Amino acid sequence: MTDWRDPAGLALALFLLGLLGLLARKNLVFVLMSVEIMLNAAGLLFIAAGMRWGTPDGQVMFIAVLNLAGAELAVGLVLLLRLRGRLTTLDGDAANLLRDAP
Amino acid sequence: MMFWAPAAIALITTALAITRANPVHALLWFVLSLLAMAVIFFGLGAAFAAALEVIVYAGAIVVLFLFVVMMLSLDRAAALREKMFIARPVWTVPVMFVAVLGGAIGMAMFRENLPVMAGRAVPPYDVALKLFTGDLPLVELASFLLLAGLVAAFHLGREAEK
Repeated sequence: MTDWRDPAGLALALFLLGLLGLLARKNLVFVLMSVEIMLNAAGLLFIAAGMRWGTPDGQVMFIAVLNLAGAELAVGLVLLLRLRGRLTTLDGDAANLLRDAP
Repeated sequence: MMFWAPAAIALITTALAITRANPVHALLWFVLSLLAMAVIFFGLGAAFAAALEVIVYAGAIVVLFLFVVMMLSLDRAAALREKMFIARPVWTVPVMFVAVLGGAIGMAMFRENLPVMAGRAVPPYDVALKLFTGDLPLVELASFLLLAGLVAAFHLGREAEK
């Protein structure tokens, strides 16, 4: 069995990679994908903790994270499609007005 | 070996996924990363979570992404513009922040002399028992969340009435 700190360190590294993508990319497809990477890293940490203490709670929380990721992605992708239809771009910085420019 | 090889693959493919200019290439790297994660889950004794990782994440979520990317019908000009965004020195500040944050958490995690205990595998039977007896409110909450996501996506996705 693996030492629990190995998967915890991997979860940290993956979370930081997702955070890096979230901060550096402008394309909203990549922003949503970075959020998914971060949620996935959180799920890995839950699984590692479940293994560390030998309880099913980690996997139960992983299922909850999976639900959250699905619901978040559905709404996020619809918003992305609406933004593309309205501004004809995927640049997140373009959507900086609360209503259409006069 | 059950851990380090897929861990290396997951890290490399995730790094590739967030640096690609083409969203389809990035999503394919991301699928590979998720499959490596499924192997890691299996190695950690969480077989049910490994199956869910393949079925729900790699099978449903990334395919949803791919459908949307197809609907966006990206052209060559968009790809070139994206390449310019990446080439700019936009990475320096995020790399700095992330390095500081990672250094802090990593030091807290590895410097301290935390007790180490071998874990044990958690079979799907235990997960199902816990999920549908003690954690039943969580199932209800998940159904609320999915319904809310469905209603919101349906509402936002409709064309605006003239």
